Amino acid sequence: MSKPCIDLDACMRCGACVGTCPVNAMFLKEYTVEVNDDCTSCGLCEKVCPVGAVSLGGE
Amino acid sequence: MSESLEYDVLVIGGGPAGSTAARYAAKNGAKTLVIEKRQEIGSPVRCGEGVSLSWLEELEIEDYNRWTAARVKGARIYSPSGHMLQITEKMAGDEVGVVCERDLFDKDMARLAVEAGADFMMKTYAVSLIEEDGKFKGVMARRMGKELEIRAELVIGADGWESQVGRWAGLYEAIPPKDIMTCFQYRMTGIEFDEDYTHFYLGSEAPGGYVWVFPKGPRTANVGLGIHMSSLDGSKTPKDYLDELIASREEFSKGEPVDMVAGAVAVTHPPETVTVDGLMLVGDASRVVDPMTGGGIVNGLKQGKIAGEFAAQCVKEGRFDKEYLQEYEKRWRDRLENRLWRNYMAKEKATTLDDGTFDKLIDSLSDIELDRVSIMAILEGVQKKYPELIKEFEDML
Repeated sequence: MSKPCIDLDACMRCGACVGTCPVNAMFLKEYTVEVNDDCTSCGLCEKVCPVGAVSLGGE
Repeated sequence: MSESLEYDVLVIGGGPAGSTAARYAAKNGAKTLVIEKRQEIGSPVRCGEGVSLSWLEELEIEDYNRWTAARVKGARIYSPSGHMLQITEKMAGDEVGVVCERDLFDKDMARLAVEAGADFMMKTYAVSLIEEDGKFKGVMARRMGKELEIRAELVIGADGWESQVGRWAGLYEAIPPKDIMTCFQYRMTGIEFDEDYTHFYLGSEAPGGYVWVFPKGPRTANVGLGIHMSSLDGSKTPKDYLDELIASREEFSKGEPVDMVAGAVAVTHPPETVTVDGLMLVGDASRVVDPMTGGGIVNGLKQGKIAGEFAAQCVKEGRFDKEYLQEYEKRWRDRLENRLWRNYMAKEKATTLDDGTFDKLIDSLSDIELDRVSIMAILEGVQKKYPELIKEFEDML
């Protein structure tokens, strides 16, 4: 189980992942997207991201 | 000691729905504040920017030129093999109108709120709701890095698709992936297309959604697509779909992108309730995006007006309890809910259709003289040309 890793060079801070997160574990900040410990690694954020900036693999 | 402010009505989010709620609350006598987390109203744009003009009178808007990028004569809807249905303005409902400059649009809605007496506070975001005796009484916020208490009799959550207010208030469950549309768009310049129309392409180029081309000026358009999240298998992102589409069409590939927009919308049915003691939701936060088109501006404006007028009534009556707020639920649902449910059912159907069915559908419609776009007129057209296809749509009759 790993939290989503957000590639901030690709992320457009559009909030697609934030609104999709079923446990409200993601937060849109001005320069980043925060993920808190409520994350269940469900992977929906990875799937919804319009530009492929979210990944659960690795780390 | 943190600074503390007091208002009758606090609106979280300075988009069109929030500004309109604030406008009508202030206009009817409520002391109203809008807080906006960004440093600029309307920017960055997260929208395809197509909007009808059928609501101008209802929203008492006299001049639309200041935020209009292009006026169109109609909409063209294409099937995968190229059949085309043309919808002119007089027969359309909310599908035709103008392509706007959303940043200017949002600022104009804010201007109307300010002129009605509302206050605005930029770069200010809500951190948490203040809850006392089971009632919401405002928010703790951060403004330019400083903590700020904002007390209000009524909080209006207008914080969009990713609404925190709606979640904090426990107003809704997670949206199922089948009701989420994920979108990507370029503003392309130097492209070839008919600039007098908005263009919609149906079929597997954008599974479960559609491709749009909305004119923004000479040889310039918003070229984007929305894809049903449940149609994505992880091998391609919406951006990949759009890049492939642009590369495959010479009229687009000769141009270059000058802007990129990403985002998601909830194409879901209206939630059971958008009110709790001391709090109500408007706009995308209350999930009034049209499930067929993914458009949220017009419903947000209409609902914002209803919310603002009713908020002022709450202030006059001194009632902010959930029971009293049912009148808001009733008013906005009377105005919007039938159409939202109907279009939700239509979306559920449309996402099951394959390219061949879209071809037959658009082919049968392009033959007949549609004087109005209605579900019945469409079904009659289909019945004439492809009677076997009508079985697919029987449950919609």
